[in-house]
This record gives sequence, structure tokens and C-alpha cells, in this order.
Amino acid sequence: MPEYQNIFTAVQVQGPPEMGVSEGDLTTDFERSKKAGFSTLAGIFGNAQIGPVHLGPYGLVAVIGFAAWFFIIGMAFWDQADYSPGIFLRDLFWLSLDPPPADYGLGFAPLDEGGWWLISSFFFGVGCIAWWIRTYTRATALGMGHHVSWAFAALLWLIFVLNFFRPIAMGSWSEGVPYGVFSHLDWTNLFSITYGNLFYNPFHALSIAFLYGSALLFAMHGATILAVSRFGGDRELEQIVDRGTATERAALFWRWTMGFNATMEGIHRWAWWFAVLTPLTGGIGILLTGTVVDNWFAWAQIHGYAPVN
Amino acid sequence: MAQLSFERKYRVRGGTLVGGDLFDFWVGPFYVGFFGVVTFFFSALGTILIFYGASQGPTWNPWLISINPPSLEVGLGAAPLLEGGLWQIITICAVFAFVGWMMREVEICRKLGIGYHVPFAFGVAIFAYVTLVIIRPVLMGAWGHGFPYGIFSHLDWVNNVGYAYGNFHYNPAHMVAISFFWITALALALHGSLILSAMNPARKGDVVRSPDHEDTYFRDLIGYSIGPLGIHRLGLFLALMAGFWSAVCIVISGTIWFEEWIVWWDWYYELPWWVNL
Repeated sequence: MPEYQNIFTAVQVQGPPEMGVSEGDLTTDFERSKKAGFSTLAGIFGNAQIGPVHLGPYGLVAVIGFAAWFFIIGMAFWDQADYSPGIFLRDLFWLSLDPPPADYGLGFAPLDEGGWWLISSFFFGVGCIAWWIRTYTRATALGMGHHVSWAFAALLWLIFVLNFFRPIAMGSWSEGVPYGVFSHLDWTNLFSITYGNLFYNPFHALSIAFLYGSALLFAMHGATILAVSRFGGDRELEQIVDRGTATERAALFWRWTMGFNATMEGIHRWAWWFAVLTPLTGGIGILLTGTVVDNWFAWAQIHGYAPVN
Repeated sequence: MAQLSFERKYRVRGGTLVGGDLFDFWVGPFYVGFFGVVTFFFSALGTILIFYGASQGPTWNPWLISINPPSLEVGLGAAPLLEGGLWQIITICAVFAFVGWMMREVEICRKLGIGYHVPFAFGVAIFAYVTLVIIRPVLMGAWGHGFPYGIFSHLDWVNNVGYAYGNFHYNPAHMVAISFFWITALALALHGSLILSAMNPARKGDVVRSPDHEDTYFRDLIGYSIGPLGIHRLGLFLALMAGFWSAVCIVISGTIWFEEWIVWWDWYYELPWWVNL
């Protein structure tokens, strides 16, 4: 008995593009691009409309910050490849812009001994902060809550712990993460070995649990909404304020399956916290490593969750 | 247990795959069905065996209790109960309990007249588990390659198996899996945030925002909003890819690749058109 299962959008209708709400804010209209296009390919999966986009002063600063970071790293790689396109592409994953050696402590270093790493990191930080302000001001302009900004702040916490707070606590920029595909993997690997197996860091365990939990929640939530989309379940805002049969069936599915269900709004609070706690706990775990705890396995032995012999 | 205010009209007969009306009932909030009985039986048996194994082990410290697979010498044979046999029976119980749970979800979907996306997604999780404890051990010729059932013992297993192949981060499928996990968390944060921020405007007294506000916010930010339907497709896709590639990254280690993963990348460096540069 074949039955409709919502997998892709089979029939696309196309009207004039939605140019966005502005809540009567004049700068919003000025700062938003005036054109939008359509991608039928994107429309198979989600919305077909591409654009418009808003720039604004903080968007501009963010783009400049991220672009400068990217450009400096790219030029460092380019230099390491002796300006040969072939070597650049061949060695791309092995190339790395490293932080200064430990001798320089928290001081500045010569450009080719980590100075560029410091400068590029500064630009990355500027980009991050500008982008955070952008998420905040756009929400304000549209009269929305600032949930995106506070979630993004959790990610910034992890980023700043890695390359700012922890290096300062350890007294050396050399503790920062190098910018390179394989080099940052080496850093991660060495970090675990140096501090006695990061699997015994309880905050690392929490972070992984929330990371896997996030994947679990999104699989459960995404699948549930798709399953009840035949009743309009994808119109979540409407379902939250005026519960329909889609929400009722979604709720009962989980109640009958596992004895508990979230509400249509509540599932997004579960989602928000699981995702936010991933970098939040991860950042705590990293900040404590090497500063408060030198060997997580030994620490686990003292606290009764690693074998003593 | 009390039902939800709207629940009674949904509690109708039908939708079962096995057993007709025989198991078509609820216990408290839980739907039973034939597969509910299957799941309950195997999860209860498996749990009891875990406790029995713990009672025969050296510790009751919940962090350290571990039910270990047989030693490698046993190969693919059956082991004595206390030397890996328990692990083998518990694994069988787990697989039947998981598959029973998935089939019970199918029956609930049928009863509610909704799509099968959730049991399908759960099937991918089962596939990842089966890959770890059955497919890879069978391919490698010994149940001893499965992971132990214990909180920190399974972390030790991950640690040791990882280092058996050098720095496991160089495993390309592991890279893909980790990337999907992080992108899933990012997308989940953004989706949860967007719904909450539309439902809960910052200014007191403002009315709830509309889907147009949601689309506008993301178009403003990055020039594209995938939309209220698309985000759930994306989230499901990302989450399933994370699980799928996790399974791939471990099943190829020790079956088709035996060296350190860092060596795998030599093929790229040694491509004929630039190896001699």
C-alpha cells in the first residue's frame, strides 16, 4: 500500500520574491540588497529563493575581519609553498600558520615566527564580535528575541577559550591552535596525550554527550515534523499558538513511544540547550586543562572513576 | 495515568503489523503492541544480564562496571558466560530490543497516520551500533573487536582503537562524521533559536513574529533562508549523515585499511602531476 512520505518537494510554485519585512525601519530598507533570485535545485530541498541579503556596518566589519584572517593564512601558505601553485595545492592540507613559540610568552613575535598568527587571530576575533553584534541588531530590528545571539555567544566562548583565555592563563600564545587542516588535528591529538587522555575530562564527556544528543534531537525533531507535515506540522509558529492535529499526533507519537513528549515550543528549548551546552561545557573542559588539571587520568583516579592499578 | 486532554480520540484500534488486536493496547502512556512485548523482553533480559555480569565483576562503581567481549582467541565462536558470553548474549538482546523498538515506532506511525521518518532515522542509529559490534567484528574475524559495555571502558576502547591507527583524526570518514556532528549542532542551535526568538519577542507586549520574520532574519544574515519545512529535512539529513559516516569511519579501520591513517593521505601527495615538484 504505497503512501505519501515527505522526502523532497516534488512540485514547486514560484511567485515574486519575498523581499523581507522591515518593521518600518528605514536603515533596514537601505542596507538590504534589492534583488533576489531562485534556484530550482535549492527548491527541491528547502526554499528556492536566494537573497536578498543585509550588509550594514557590522556586517561589513565582520566580512573584513574574516576575510583578513583568511587572506593572511592564505598568504602564509602561499609563502610556505614558495609561491608555486602546484606545491600550494599539493601541500594544502599539510600547510600551517602556527602560533609563536613559547619563548615569546604573551608578547608579540616576529611576523614569520607567529606574528602573522597573532595578527590573523586578532582579525578573526574582530570578525566574530562584529558578527555577534550583527545577529543581535538584526533580531532587534525585526522585533525578535535574541536567542540566536546568545547561542552564538556559547560558540564564541569556546573559540575565545581556545585561542585567547587559555593561552593567557597558560602565559603563552604558543598554546593557541594552529591554522591548518592537519596541524589543528595534530594539536587536538597532542592536547589529549599531553594532559593524560581527554576522555577522562568530565567536561569533555559532557560536551560529547551534548554533541551526540544534538544529533539525536535533530534527527528526532526533524523526522517528527516531516512525518506530520501532511497535517501542516512544518508551520511550527502557527502550531505553537494554535495547536492542530499535527502537533497532537507528533506529541502522541513520542508519548506512546517513550512515555514523554515535549510541546511544539518546548522541543525548541530542548534543542537550544543541547546545542548551546556543547561548546559551553567543551570550553570549560579546555580552559581547565593545563591550568587547573595537568593529567585527567590521574585526576579521574583520585575522584574514583578510573582504575587505580 | 491520565491521558492528555486531546488523547482519547486518537486511541483507536488498528495499524498493527503483527498480532492483530491481541497486543493493541496501552500501559499508562506507553503503547504496547507485539513489538512492545519484544522490546520489553529483550531489554529486561539484557539489563538483568548486565547486572549479573556486574555482580561477578570486580567493582560496583557505576563508572567502572564493564561487560567485556570475549578475547580475540575465541574468534567468532561462542564464549563461556563470564569470559565474553554475557557480552554476546547482551549484544543479541540489544539488537532485538532496538529493532523491536523501531518496529513499534512503525506501528505507532501507522496508528497515527503519520510518515515513517522517525523509525527510518532510528534504523540508521541501529545500523551504526550493529556496525560496531557485529559487522566489523565479523569482518575482522573475532567478537573481541566489539566494544565493551561500560561507561569509561568504552571510552578506553575508543581511545585505544583510535591510537591503533595512529592519529585517528586523519581518517577521512572520521573527518566527515565529525564535521556533520558539528554542523548538526550548529543547525540545531540556529533552528531552536529562530523558533524561540520568533515566539518570544525581546520587547514586552510585542505580538508573536511570523514565518516571514524568520525567513527575513536568515536572509538578512546570510542571504538564504532554507524555510520552515527545509530546515527539518536539513536537520534530519545532517544528523543521519553524522551517524552514517561514524559507522563508515570505524568499519574501514582494520578491514580495508590497516596502517596509520596519516599514511592514507600519501596518495594525494603522490599524484603524478605534482609529486616531483
